Amino acid sequence: MESSVSIKNLSLDFGSVKVLQSLDLEVARGEFIVLLGPSGCGKSTLLNCIAGLLDVTEGQIFIGGKNVTWAEPKDRGIGMVFQSYALYPQMTVERNLSFGLRVAGMPKAEIEQRVNRAAEILQIQPLLARKPANLSGGQRQRVAIGRALVRDVDVFLFDEPLSNLDAKLRSDLRVEIKRLHHRLKNTMIYVTHDQIEALTLADRIAIMKNGEIQQLADPHTIYNRPVNLYVAGFIGSPSMNFLEGTLNAANQTFVADDGTVVPIATYQFATPVSGSTKAVLGVRPEHIVIGEEAKSKPFNQEVEIEIVEPMGSDTLAWTKIAGKAVTFRCDSDVVITTGQKILVGFDPARGSLFNAETTNRI
Amino acid sequence: MAVDTLEPRGMRPRPFFTPRKIIIYSLLFFVSVYYLFPMYVMIVTSLKDLDEVRGGNIFALPVRFTFDPWFKAWNSACTGLYCEGLKVGFFNSVKITVPSVIVSVLIASINGYALVNWRFKGSEVFFVILLFGSFIPYQVMLYPMVIILRELKMFSTLQGVILIHTIFGMPILTLLFRNYFASLPPELFKAARVDGAGFWRIFFQIMVPMSLPIFVVAMILQITGIWNDFLFGVIYAGNQNYPMTVQLNNIVNSTQGVKEYNVNMAATILTGLVPLAVYFISGKWFVRGIAAGAVKG
Amino acid sequence: MGHLSMADATLSAQSKPEHATRPSFLRNLLLKNLSAKIAALPMIVTVLVVFVGCSAWSVYYSFTNSGQLPSGKFVGFAQYERLFHTARFIGAAKNLAMYGVMALVFTMVIGFLLAVLMDQKIRFENTFRTILLYPFALSFIVTGLVWQWIMNPNYGIEKVLHDWGFTNLHFDLLNNGNTVIYGLVIAGLWQGTGFVMVLMLAGLRGVDEEIWKAARVDGIPTWRTYLQIVLPMMRGVIVTTLVIVGSGIVRLYDLVVALTQGGPGFASDVPAKYVYDYMFGRANLGQGLAASTVMLVTVAIILIPWAYLEFGPKKNK
Repeated sequence: MESSVSIKNLSLDFGSVKVLQSLDLEVARGEFIVLLGPSGCGKSTLLNCIAGLLDVTEGQIFIGGKNVTWAEPKDRGIGMVFQSYALYPQMTVERNLSFGLRVAGMPKAEIEQRVNRAAEILQIQPLLARKPANLSGGQRQRVAIGRALVRDVDVFLFDEPLSNLDAKLRSDLRVEIKRLHHRLKNTMIYVTHDQIEALTLADRIAIMKNGEIQQLADPHTIYNRPVNLYVAGFIGSPSMNFLEGTLNAANQTFVADDGTVVPIATYQFATPVSGSTKAVLGVRPEHIVIGEEAKSKPFNQEVEIEIVEPMGSDTLAWTKIAGKAVTFRCDSDVVITTGQKILVGFDPARGSLFNAETTNRI
Repeated sequence: MAVDTLEPRGMRPRPFFTPRKIIIYSLLFFVSVYYLFPMYVMIVTSLKDLDEVRGGNIFALPVRFTFDPWFKAWNSACTGLYCEGLKVGFFNSVKITVPSVIVSVLIASINGYALVNWRFKGSEVFFVILLFGSFIPYQVMLYPMVIILRELKMFSTLQGVILIHTIFGMPILTLLFRNYFASLPPELFKAARVDGAGFWRIFFQIMVPMSLPIFVVAMILQITGIWNDFLFGVIYAGNQNYPMTVQLNNIVNSTQGVKEYNVNMAATILTGLVPLAVYFISGKWFVRGIAAGAVKG
Repeated sequence: MGHLSMADATLSAQSKPEHATRPSFLRNLLLKNLSAKIAALPMIVTVLVVFVGCSAWSVYYSFTNSGQLPSGKFVGFAQYERLFHTARFIGAAKNLAMYGVMALVFTMVIGFLLAVLMDQKIRFENTFRTILLYPFALSFIVTGLVWQWIMNPNYGIEKVLHDWGFTNLHFDLLNNGNTVIYGLVIAGLWQGTGFVMVLMLAGLRGVDEEIWKAARVDGIPTWRTYLQIVLPMMRGVIVTTLVIVGSGIVRLYDLVVALTQGGPGFASDVPAKYVYDYMFGRANLGQGLAASTVMLVTVAIILIPWAYLEFGPKKNK
């Protein structure tokens, strides 16, 4: 596939602090990439480097096949949408959209045509004469997207565009952005700390930590086959349950630290293993089943329910397996109560095994 | 990928001297020179003897280096009435500034605290009038205040001028404290109320210890402001209590006798020394003070 | 004392008058938050007696023929008539207007430009700021006396210019009635631009960093970003600065006393000095009070539009 944005061996230091470390990233034309991570992981910094708002220390950036490592932001063929909208407050929406084009000396007719097209796509025609102060948060964000749109560029950069909106509006605009991507088919690079946004929007997610990409894959792979403990723990809410123990390749068992034995014959190893190693077994809450269904699973055990949290659509229960606090999710119709004894089980095929030392997937 | 090595890679090349940088720094240099040269002129003039002052130019460094003008300014410069030097004014200024700063800061901090946490009917109205009052030209209130002080038997006394400084410092200081206290989490105050603490206990045991920075800012503002005052000192303090600024003006602008420019400049520096010391020691706090004072509540 | 009931009253901020009979309402008015009211007493007295009372007193007595003592009888606008027919006052007002316009325009423009200069991610920013602001820490008296010396016609810059051979260049502003105002402006700028610069810089730093990023992505040159985006965003800071600087200018007194004593003749006289001289020097209280009332009205003319803009009905950020 043709590459739209290509980052080669990129590093950025602020003094002695290494913010980005020898980072490589290939983004295909029309792809929607989400950079996901906690604050301070370098995701926004990376986006600013792509935009040319920060100078890199090492490495190269290509956009549309052109080396733009030293290019000014305006010459990179990018449009950018910011968290705080960054609209020019004293200008009308129409001026906000057209200001950059006017400064660039574009003919009036073309400016008008572009502004109208952007306004039509984003359905902000009625707002063109207003000033940002008289717009709602959602409307402002549309205008901010519009300002990127009129630039008629191949690559859109989003820097946490929905973080300042309330939950309801956020999910509405999320769908909008997805729709926009389907319609425009531009390359989009989207920074967020919200994993729901990442999972719903992305063609591929890059999970970042300490200035490095931990895993770059489609949402399904990220969720089901995390490459290391960090990714496994970061994605999913409530997060994955972890049991520590020893993996015996010979008799295909995982023995938890308290002696509980989990047969793992069904597990698909990422790398061939032999002998015995310290390992961590991860199971997502929704992969633990109860009652009759649990009986057929390779591992099952009777446990006592400690806390029950009804969430509406489903119910979250807390218990202990192998001495570790474990949560599992069950249908909200199932009646479970605190103190109840119940049979729970899971299939290790749906779980993840990690090397306890390297924290990488086995 | 042999081509890559020739292409842009890594840090954008940034020459040490760009036209932009040269323009910026040379502008800053010339501006700095403009701001610094009066200080330079003052210092060099105060270190020359009178012949050299008259003969040379004001930018020249002293040839016959002397501290005599400084001693004379401090000990025996004449104001036209008497010749006891600036030291009289210095100690008067100390006697005015120290109590004025303490009283005005104390009262304004209590005002600010009451305005934020103990609002009563009309408290905001008083505050708004107080703020607008700070814009009333002093000349409007000068004479009625003379009458009031006379009635209180405080006209031409230290107490009188201290009272005046407390009154006219109140708007800006109250604003300063009010804004600061309003920025503290209100839960703190509520928790103390629930614990049964009263007005004064909450103020002295919770608010004051949390507000040292703003007290420092207020003190800086007041020390420089009161030390630099001329108008109130000349009207309300009385001859025997004239602050340093008034005495300095009397020394320099007195019409009798030979003009001793070197002594005048030494006296001028001496008068500016206290606020300058406060300014240089406090650094960013001073900036914070004037910026905070300008931000409306 | 009933702490809880007091807490209720304050916590619900604006306490409604409780369904109360008249005596208990009165008691409420006086005794509720008693400590707070006692503590606020200095402020209440200051507001009522000084800011309201004294101003009203001055305005009232400006309509009397008070001489040395404020005992005169009511004479209507006679004092004002005389005031506006007094060449010295008209001159003082003109001087102040000239000084005011120049000082306001130059401090604002130079202050803003300096702030922009300081905003260029320069090295030694603190040092430069310290240099630009230190005159502001000085008394106007000190400022006036330094510049009086620098502009001394016999030994100041004038002499330096002549010594260097520039015999047709002149820097003798203070002894010429036509130029003395410029001397005042130069000294005033030296003292005041640093202050404006600091306020403007705070305003510049208050602009969202993402606005700058957006402008860079849009390809807008730096100077246009400052002029067309950032400057309009600083309206609040600019207006506040204007009000502070403006009301300071109306009060201008110390600097004149120290630098020129109003001279030569009355060429650098200002209203504040006129007021002082008539009140305390010439024992013509009525004139002094009328002149001070004119100053008060001037400030009100500056202040009221501002107050309307800032606190008025339409609050548009």
